[in-house]
Amino acid sequence: MAMLNGQRKSMTSQKSQALDNIRICDFTGQLAGAGATKILAAFGAEVIRIEDPIQQGKWDILRGVPPWIGNARGLEAGGAFNNHNAGKLGITLNLRDSRAKELLRELVRVSDAVTENFASGVMERLGFGYEDLRSIREDIVYVSNNGFGATGPYAAFKSWGPIAQAVSGLTYTSGLPDLPPAGWGYSFMDHTGGYYMATAVLMALIHRQRTGQGQWVDLACIEAAGTLNGVATLDATVNQRPMRREGMPNSNRSQSPKMSPHGIWPTKGHDNWIAIAVRDDREWQILSQIIGETWSSEDRWTRIENRVQDEDELEELLTTWTLNHDRQELAQELINAGVPSAPVLKPQERIEYDQRTAELWVTVEHTEVGQCKVEGLPVRMSETPWSIARGAACLGEHNQYVFGELLGLSDEEIETLAAESVI
Amino acid sequence: MTDVTSNSALFGYRVIEVASERCALAGKMLADMGAEVIVVEPPEGCETRLWEPFAGDVADRENSLHWWHYNTSKKSVALDLESELDAQRFAALVKTADVVIEAEPLGRLDALGLDWEQFHLTNQELIWTSITHHGRDGTDPPATDLTLLAEGGPVWSCGYDDHAIPPVRGGGNQAFHTACHYAVPSILAALMWRENSGKGQLIDVSLLNSSNATTEFATLWWLNGEQQVERQTGRHALPTMTEWTQIQCADGRWFNTGVPPRNKQEFRALRSWIEELELVDQCSPYEILKLGDQFERIGLLELDEDPLAGEVFQAGREAIEFLGQHLNAYDLFVGLQERGMACGIVYSPEEMIGDPHFVGRGFPEQIFYENRNTTHTHPGAPYRFSATPWSATRAPWLGEHQDLLNDLD
Repeated sequence: MAMLNGQRKSMTSQKSQALDNIRICDFTGQLAGAGATKILAAFGAEVIRIEDPIQQGKWDILRGVPPWIGNARGLEAGGAFNNHNAGKLGITLNLRDSRAKELLRELVRVSDAVTENFASGVMERLGFGYEDLRSIREDIVYVSNNGFGATGPYAAFKSWGPIAQAVSGLTYTSGLPDLPPAGWGYSFMDHTGGYYMATAVLMALIHRQRTGQGQWVDLACIEAAGTLNGVATLDATVNQRPMRREGMPNSNRSQSPKMSPHGIWPTKGHDNWIAIAVRDDREWQILSQIIGETWSSEDRWTRIENRVQDEDELEELLTTWTLNHDRQELAQELINAGVPSAPVLKPQERIEYDQRTAELWVTVEHTEVGQCKVEGLPVRMSETPWSIARGAACLGEHNQYVFGELLGLSDEEIETLAAESVI
Repeated sequence: MTDVTSNSALFGYRVIEVASERCALAGKMLADMGAEVIVVEPPEGCETRLWEPFAGDVADRENSLHWWHYNTSKKSVALDLESELDAQRFAALVKTADVVIEAEPLGRLDALGLDWEQFHLTNQELIWTSITHHGRDGTDPPATDLTLLAEGGPVWSCGYDDHAIPPVRGGGNQAFHTACHYAVPSILAALMWRENSGKGQLIDVSLLNSSNATTEFATLWWLNGEQQVERQTGRHALPTMTEWTQIQCADGRWFNTGVPPRNKQEFRALRSWIEELELVDQCSPYEILKLGDQFERIGLLELDEDPLAGEVFQAGREAIEFLGQHLNAYDLFVGLQERGMACGIVYSPEEMIGDPHFVGRGFPEQIFYENRNTTHTHPGAPYRFSATPWSATRAPWLGEHQDLLNDLD
């Protein structure tokens, strides 16, 4: 129980100690980049996010756009931006100006890692590619994250989450036969690219902690995504069995391991669905008894080979049964009997009513907007619980701290730089 | 500083993984970056060794492609944790470990006297990672990747415009992946903290909450305005239905248009390409594209407010759809990207790994299988480290590294 109490403390403002000796000089934005440094900030790193004062930080397309936080509107009221940048500090630097570049050099000198998810080549053009960064601080860790990576024939190509998903195979493998790809109905690879980016930063920092050696990690979202359909890819390379074949993909079914029935069926009410996964013949026997209809007790369904062979028919029969049931009650009945099942939960249901998720939704204090909710981390750590106490920083909110306390500029110098649009 | 002579980021760390579908990716991610990951299997082998597809379609516990993929770079020992002798061996093995990763049914290891509580008092540096349904203090309902993605949120957002068609589970066992994607950085942060504090800790990753934390706008629209997103074919689920972003090209392949052209450079590039292809006469939106010269940038929020902007934006979409009717998906993809427009071809996994860019970056990884005297192509590095490169060797045979047990007290 000590562990639980420990993690629950994190819901207050106590900062995590795990990375409290780490400072990140952070150029990331959107979700694929900002999602990564949000995790590092939750683990206690001091993440200093840099934005362009001239563009008002709008390189990040999520800044100042819906969904709005409550009734607030404007540059600081974007709910997605707030979610992905919670817990970080925010400063402004106009890198068109040589004085801003000098300030950035000073910041890099006192940082452990530099992170960015610009298009490939942007940092070099700004004069802050890896070799430049290394000349400022020899042991710097630099992690770049863009759709197609820094090298290769498509290095100049642009990407968003759905594009990385399309090119890597994730879109194709999500859908039903004889229909267009359903794909992922959101930027799954922006989330997941962020997870790989956070992982890359930490692996490189561990190596530096043990050896003193920094390095550059070139993360391409399409490659991170390309590792996520490993079994299907191997089936093609080893067995020459392509995924592009008749009847495929059917991602509501299960090919590895083979399970049947395995899918999503309609239940009572509007757009209500239940997922059921029968892992073996024993579980089918349980399900067939619960169904209790003539067809379900037929011998022809007792063996998985037969269920797979006539799966279309079996799925149709199941539909006639599930349609008359409440999805929540039916799922609970199946779970109680030992058969994996779950209602397809709608956002309100999983966020407001599913008590098992309660610790994930964190109330933070946003300087301009006030209290609001963001996603936390689905992890408990007994000694160094994560913590997210603050919403996203307002544009330039921490200029005074970073340029003053950290880099030693006087109030007067900071005022001048602000007046001359350097910061 | 540790004298690390290897060029692996995680060289010298020992990780014990209790074999399971649910945590295999976490072990693989650490092993491919140089940690010594010892996967502990039951004497008959991990159940995933029995899963199709098999190499050459020959069912054998050393042939499962599932096993091959998720267990690269690991070592295998076989132990019957239910037997006293093997339980002692497991305990001795854990004493040598920096990290344990397990996703066993709740209570199983505790009942065997082999859980965190039994180890951490004698090994205070141990980092123990449990991947559970929704916490070590929660319940443990029967669950699969499908049911987790259904109750965890992703399924609600995936599917088709026609809501009579069931919502869709995204392929590839991503519920387990996502929990592992949270487990690994948590373990790494714990290792970093241990370097200074000398203390290990318990990490408890929730499968259910991992999916809940990975739904993008479904959660964000609810947390910030209590609006429910609706699933849409091949594009973002949003509170309102939006226009298509997926088209079928001349060769039958699907294509993601991304965000259509929004500034004058993009409109010009699109127009000049249509001219180069000598398709102007057949392209009905061509004339309207010329009006794109008036726009430095069309904001997506302005489309309803400025009728001309909306019309030009729509012409850009239609022009791309028109090009798709005349070009193969690959040519449309490369052609638009080379002209500065973000878009993507919808590849199947086998097409992805054969694409010139993936090949050019060295993504396909050749792994040698000495028992088959051949190499097979695996998906390769998810990231490229300049000093400590990712690398992978074949998954271990059952009990291949049993000798490791001889070195234990």
